[in-house]
Amino acid sequence: MKLEYITILVLALFIAAFAYVSSTGNHEWSGADDKPEAVIDVLTGGSYHPWAESIWTPPSGEIESLLFALQAAFGSIIIGYFLGYYRGLAKARGSLQAEEREGNLNARSAR
Amino acid sequence: MHIMEGFLPLNWCVFWYALSLPVVVYGACKMSGLMKNSRDVLPLLAVSGAFIFVLSSLKMPSVTGSCSHPTGTGIGAILFGPWITSLLSVIVLIYQAIFLAHGGLTTLGANTFSMGIVGPLAGFLVYKACMKRDVNMYVAVFLAATLADWLTYIVTSIQLALAFPAAVGGALASFEAFLAVFAITQVPLAIVEGVVSALLFKYIVQLRSDVLLKLNVASPSVLKKLKEACA
Repeated sequence: MKLEYITILVLALFIAAFAYVSSTGNHEWSGADDKPEAVIDVLTGGSYHPWAESIWTPPSGEIESLLFALQAAFGSIIIGYFLGYYRGLAKARGSLQAEEREGNLNARSAR
Repeated sequence: MHIMEGFLPLNWCVFWYALSLPVVVYGACKMSGLMKNSRDVLPLLAVSGAFIFVLSSLKMPSVTGSCSHPTGTGIGAILFGPWITSLLSVIVLIYQAIFLAHGGLTTLGANTFSMGIVGPLAGFLVYKACMKRDVNMYVAVFLAATLADWLTYIVTSIQLALAFPAAVGGALASFEAFLAVFAITQVPLAIVEGVVSALLFKYIVQLRSDVLLKLNVASPSVLKKLKEACA
């Protein structure tokens, strides 16, 4: 269980850091991936214009978060399914071996 | 780490595509070999891909007051090597470029190079080096996944700096400017990713250590020690 505790501790620290930072100032919490745009503007003096646009943009923030949630859900179900399947398989194997052992014992005592 | 659509000049888009494409193609060859010859490892391949899907969809707030997301490529790199992981990353990047306007098709080559190639390759090498020195396996996974995540963003900074060198100080100065956006923001996220990767790896060790042997991820003696520690 040790690694589980470490994980919970690290997550708690992460949340605490978020709580601390957001209580100490006004932050936008915007995506770091969008920030280079401003840096590029400064570096090129605003002369660079993107020469291609996304072929489709989610029409609203809600739809965007729906698609992100779907992405996470799709991944989670695969991880959960296979780990659960393996766990069940290991359990079934374990009980089968136990049964065999018991069966052998019974056979011996009958003799 | 997603460089947005159109935010790299055309020649750089072509350059990164040219570097990434052979790696991804080689990864595809390796993956089809895996599908033909060792079908029992495919569930773990799905889990590795799914882990990238989940982690790269989580935009988490960081200590700098902006949000970023982990990459999730460490597990795939350790289990299946960087080549196959590059292909898994491309699938995620294409999904995000088409449906989420996150990243882009013109910058796909560059984003693949940072997230799918350099990050996983570094993670893979770190893991192998740790195992050679008898570092605890979970510590090795933590280090590999953390570094794969963080280096991905460093490479993104390099890519942007090369494309947009500053008038004064050149590419090095703009590298610093882009690092300021990514480097510190990513540190806490990379650590969280490393810990979660190690946890997932623990379950894989418990449940399918036979596959880890087959993929040459760990030696029998190491696995035996870890399983005894769990029991």
